[in-house]
Formats: sequence, C-alpha cells, structure tokens
Amino acid sequence: MRNRRAGLGSLLACTAVLAAVTTACGSDSGTSADGKIELTIATFNQFGYEELLKEYEAAHPNIKVSERKTGQAADHHKNLFTKMAAGSGLSDVEGVEEGYLSQVMTRAGQFNNLKEIGPNVDGRWLDWKTKSVTAKGGELIGYGTDIGPLAMCYRKDLLEAGGIPTDEAGIAATFATWDSYFAAGKQYAEKTGKAWFDSAAQIFNPMHNQAELGYFDKDDKLVIDSNGDKAIWGKVTAAVAQGQSAKLKAWTPEWETGFRESAFATKTCPAWLLGNIEKNSGPEHKGKWVVTGSFPDGGGNWGGSFLTVPKQSKHPKEAAELAAWLTAPEQQIKAFKAKNTFPSQLEALDNPELTESTNEYFGQQVGKLYAEQAKKVDVAQYKGPKDGQIQDDIVGPALLSVEQGTNADEAWKKVVEDAQKATK
Amino acid sequence: MTTDTSVASGRGAAPRPPRRPEGDDSVGLVDPTRRYRFSNLDAKFSPYLFVAPFFVLFTVVGLFPLLYTAYISLFDWEIGLDGEFVGLANYVELLGDPQFWNAMVNTFSIFLMSSVPQIIVAVLIAALLNTALRARTLWRMGVLLPYVASLVALTLIFGDLFGVQYGMINDWLEAVGLDRINWQAERWWSHVAIATMVDWRWTGYNALIVLAAMQAIPRDVYEAAVVDGAGTMRRFFSVTLPMLRPTIIFVVITSTIGGLQIFTEPLLFEPAGGNANGGASNQFQTVMLYMYQAGFGRYELGYASAVAWVLFVVIIAIAGINFMLTRRIASSGED
Repeated sequence: MRNRRAGLGSLLACTAVLAAVTTACGSDSGTSADGKIELTIATFNQFGYEELLKEYEAAHPNIKVSERKTGQAADHHKNLFTKMAAGSGLSDVEGVEEGYLSQVMTRAGQFNNLKEIGPNVDGRWLDWKTKSVTAKGGELIGYGTDIGPLAMCYRKDLLEAGGIPTDEAGIAATFATWDSYFAAGKQYAEKTGKAWFDSAAQIFNPMHNQAELGYFDKDDKLVIDSNGDKAIWGKVTAAVAQGQSAKLKAWTPEWETGFRESAFATKTCPAWLLGNIEKNSGPEHKGKWVVTGSFPDGGGNWGGSFLTVPKQSKHPKEAAELAAWLTAPEQQIKAFKAKNTFPSQLEALDNPELTESTNEYFGQQVGKLYAEQAKKVDVAQYKGPKDGQIQDDIVGPALLSVEQGTNADEAWKKVVEDAQKATK
Repeated sequence: MTTDTSVASGRGAAPRPPRRPEGDDSVGLVDPTRRYRFSNLDAKFSPYLFVAPFFVLFTVVGLFPLLYTAYISLFDWEIGLDGEFVGLANYVELLGDPQFWNAMVNTFSIFLMSSVPQIIVAVLIAALLNTALRARTLWRMGVLLPYVASLVALTLIFGDLFGVQYGMINDWLEAVGLDRINWQAERWWSHVAIATMVDWRWTGYNALIVLAAMQAIPRDVYEAAVVDGAGTMRRFFSVTLPMLRPTIIFVVITSTIGGLQIFTEPLLFEPAGGNANGGASNQFQTVMLYMYQAGFGRYELGYASAVAWVLFVVIIAIAGINFMLTRRIASSGED
C-alpha cells in the first residue's frame, strides 16, 4: 500500500522541486550562449506547431524557440496555475484551453496585455473568440488558436429505422430546435426502444452554452437559479425519463463501445469530435454517420484554445510576436492540416484549403460546414470565475445521478446548493 | 614493560593477570586515552551519521511539506491568487462539510471492505505457500504478479469487468439469470468493486511479507507441537499465528495507512474526465479524492491542506487503535 501515498505534502514537494528544476533549466536567463533570444512555448494535446516553429526560427535568426508539450490539458493547466502561484517557471508563451479560461481570466493581472505589447492584429479573429479572452478592463490576454464549432451528427440508418425522415427537409425540421429534437427523440425511443443521445451532460452543456450568460452574471454573481438553466434542466431530464439517453458518460470505455454498438442515434459533435466518432464507430459504420449544420436553436462552440504571454516572461515583446505569428491565418491553416485544429481566424475560415477539404469517413465537405457553423455563433458566453468547476464537478455529476435514478427536482436542488457553496 | 611491572609491583596488591601476553601493553602505551576517546566517539556517533541521510532527506521532502501544509491550512488560499489568513476557519468549515463526512464514510467502508479480507486471505495464502508445494518459487512469485502489473492495465481490466452496460461481470450475472448491477451508481456495489481492485493488487504482496515471517519460525517449535500431539489447525492457531504477531501488526498498520489514503483505485474506477468526483453523487469519493478535488480541481489549497491534516490525524489515531487491537488479538494465542 505504500505506493498509494500521494499526500498533498509530497505533491507540493514535487511541484516545488519541479519548479526549481525547470527554473534552473534556463527560462530565467532567457538568452542562450550564442546571444540568441530563447523563447519557450508550452502547449498540450496537439497544437500542430512542430514544423511552424522551425519555420519561425529560420525567418528569425536571432530567436531560438523550444516547445514544452504536455499530453493532457488538465496536467498542463495544473502546471500553469502552480507556477503562476510560485511566481516563476512559466514559459514565455502559454497555451490556455477554453474550459480553463475563466480561471485564467480571474488571474488576468498575471498576463501581458497583448494590445499593448503585441503587433496590431485587429479583426483577425471571429468576434466572439476575441471577446472571450478580453478582460473587464479591455485588456487582451490571449490570441485565439483553434475553435470547436458545433454541429449535429446522426446515424442515417438508425433514424430511418426509427421512422424519422432523413431527407434534407426532414433533417432540417428534426434538428431545428431543442423541442423538435427531443420530440423526435421521444418518437425514436418509443419506436425502437433505443437511446436518442449518448448522455444528458453532452446535451445539457451545448444548450447551456447557447445562452449569453453562463452560471454567473457580469458582476460574477451566481445566477444558476435565475437564468435559463432550470428550464434546460427540465427538458433534458424529461428526455432522460423517456429513455432518450444511453447513459454513457463521455470518454469512458463504455461510451466508446457505445458508438460501435449503435447505442445512440445522434451526437452533438464539435469539429474535433469527428475523429473520435470515426475511431470509436469503426470501419463497419462508415458512411452511416452524417454531420449536419442544422444545430438546434442556432450554433455553438465547444472547445478551442488561446496563446497567452505571462508577465513572468523575460521577453514579452518577442513572445507576443511569436504568438501573433502562430495564430495568423496562414499558420493556422498549416496547423489545421497537420493536426486538425479548426482555425478561429476569419480569413482562414474562407480559405479554400479549409472549405474544400473532404472528410473521407463522412464523405462530406466538413471544413466548409464547420466554417459556416463557426460564423453562426454570435455571442461568447460570459464565464464567471468558477464556471468550469460548476460544470464539471456539480452539474455534470448531477445529470449523471439523474440518469442513475435520482429524482430530477431533488438533483436540481442539490446543484443550486452545491453551486452556492462553491462560490460563497 | 619495566614501567608496567614496577608500577604493578610497586602497588604490591594486584598480581599480574595470569594469561596476559607479553608486549601487549606497548600498544596501549602510545596514547591510550586518545585512542580510546576516538573509538568511543566513533562508536557513539557514527551510527547517527550513517542514518542521517534518511532524516535529512525526510526533513526536506517529508517534514517540511508537512509543516508547510499545516501553515497553508490556516489561509483562504486559492492557487494563483493572494491568500488571506483565516485561522482555523478551514477546519471549522471542514467539520461542518457533509461532503467531507461522506468521503470519510466511503473511505472507511472501502478500507474495511478491502483490508479485513485482504489480511485474512494473505495469511491463508502464506500458510499454503509455506507447505511443501511443487515449484514453490513459481507460486510465490505468482502471488506478487498483480502488484507488479501496471495500474493502467488494471484500470482497463476492471473497467471491462465492472462496466455497467457492456461489462463482463454483468453479462455473466445476466447469463445465470441474475439482475445486472449498476457498479457505478450504487454506493455499496461501487465500494465492493473498488475493494476488489485493492485486494487483487495487494493481497499477494502482503502474503509474501507474512510468508517471510512464517519461514523465520523455528522448526523445533513445530516439532515440539507435533510431539505434543497438536494437529495442523492447532499448530496454525497456537503456534504460527502468535509467532507472526509483530509481522501482522506491521501489515495491519501499513494497510491502515494505505487503506485510509486510498486514491488511485477510486480515481481510476471512474476513468473519464479526470475529475475526482467519485461518482455522480460522490458515492465512492474518498477523503484523498476530496482533497485532490479541493486542491487541484478547485485550486483551494488552504482547504485541501486542512483536509490533509485532518486525514493525517485520523490515520494516526486509527493506526494506534489497530496497533493495540492486533497486539491483544494476537497475544490471546500464547503469551
């Protein structure tokens, strides 16, 4: 059992040691022996920057860039926040994912205002992408990299089996609003005895994200009990009661198996999820999945990242320049081709290399479709300081508990109480 | 030598020791006190010097974090933001936090469900391994295999076994006409599943420790017992168990420490998302998971530190109680 001891003490000790080691590794000096300026950039998952950084170095002989890659977003952000607290050890450019953005924005003072130190990049991004990373005082904290525009994916064969029309008009009608979506789901579940969507949380989150206000109002006051969330909760949990949910928590092995077993007929699918659908469903379901731009009640966004320049950076100007270059449309198209990160730049969204690309598994021009979905988003939802925590630790589990048999009204009461406790 | 003899004879009392070899004293004569003092110092302090690296290391990576954690627990400190001194407020809040008590109950439930059968089975396995088996080493190595296996593999295997909809155990249950069990959703069953993971991993490890102790029991004790007419069972309960007492105390204490700090298995039991929620209604969230969630999910380091310290105190208390209980139980056998 000795190995199970992962006490806070040792965790703290480890981070302290790590911080000391990485500081010793040279980010403190920021200049290499041959007089070049050394920049570090910290990313997670796949940003697709490997080739781009070489290109940048070739064009800027006085600059040397090294990339610190972390496998998972959660680990990357733990490291980010720990080093922010420690006051040293951060890279010159730090990636930030949308889900952690609210926590970064409450610490906005620790990042450089890119409007001040960076080149002029006005009008480069979709408006809502820039807005979500603009602090209350108007400071721009990050440059947008990729986005996750939402569309709806459905299994054509399963819809037909459930008697739901799959011609263009039929699909448009089925996926016009959430009400029509759930009505079709009810019909499908009654007729086939199978589930309409994968899990309640995967439906609740996009519905919630379509509203202008999230769990907080613009004064960071918790509004979960007075915004539209209760109505959304009612619709989703009613659908669960009708057997529309496959009750498969996203990213579990069971969820992955669910794709192959055709456990559900529709799936909310941000651009980056197409790869997962292909991988989980397997070649035997090729040609059965269809992605449609008619997303209930408009569009939405799910995921995407930013590049920031922490005040800890010794070369903020050069770092901002690098970040601006990496997020320019031409570079973002290259990153898209390398690792499928869907660009957030207006110019890139009209680029034929993006719009004419075809996804073989779906047999559709998905680049064009998602570019249109990206333009449908008109507001960036305002995210308060504990938005991510409420979503991941309170609302998501509560929806799961409803799927597991808890009374929906009681679960909602607990959501409100827990959210109040978390933000007191 | 002459001096020596003259002194001795001068005193006239003590006769020269009979078997003292000639010329031996010359060595002592060079500087008896300095030599003596040095070796005395050596004997006195060298052991401390030799054990010092551990304690220095412990102070740096063990004691300091421990004390610093206590310090942080007095602050309302969210990582990356400025902390504010709040005294014991974190502890007061913690003691009135239902989620913490829920985690405490889960921890004890999983701990008892895993440790009790684990130690009993470990002793039995050790007793079996201690008999004249064919290919003994193979069997003995075999029980250690689960401990060596990677935790990632463990997660995959148990995820497949305890899956709710496509899990193997539920398929078997259905095949023999029983109801499927929702391993994730139901509190009791989720504890059973996690305890199974713990047992699978640690029973063999403990069995080997007990086996080592069993082998150290002198054969003649058993021979005497056999001569006195004791059967196998009687020998096990009246000879083996009492002689194992110190080892069992050790195993129980380490199991207590490990069991109350259980973290990996419940975290991995809910493999998606990487949050430490321990099920939809926290039905299998342990204290360590709660601490992790407070510290690295909500980034409230002060509160997480308070959890860590309360857990620390609880573990010491429970380990103490266990120590006394096992002493008593094990001593009821013979001495």
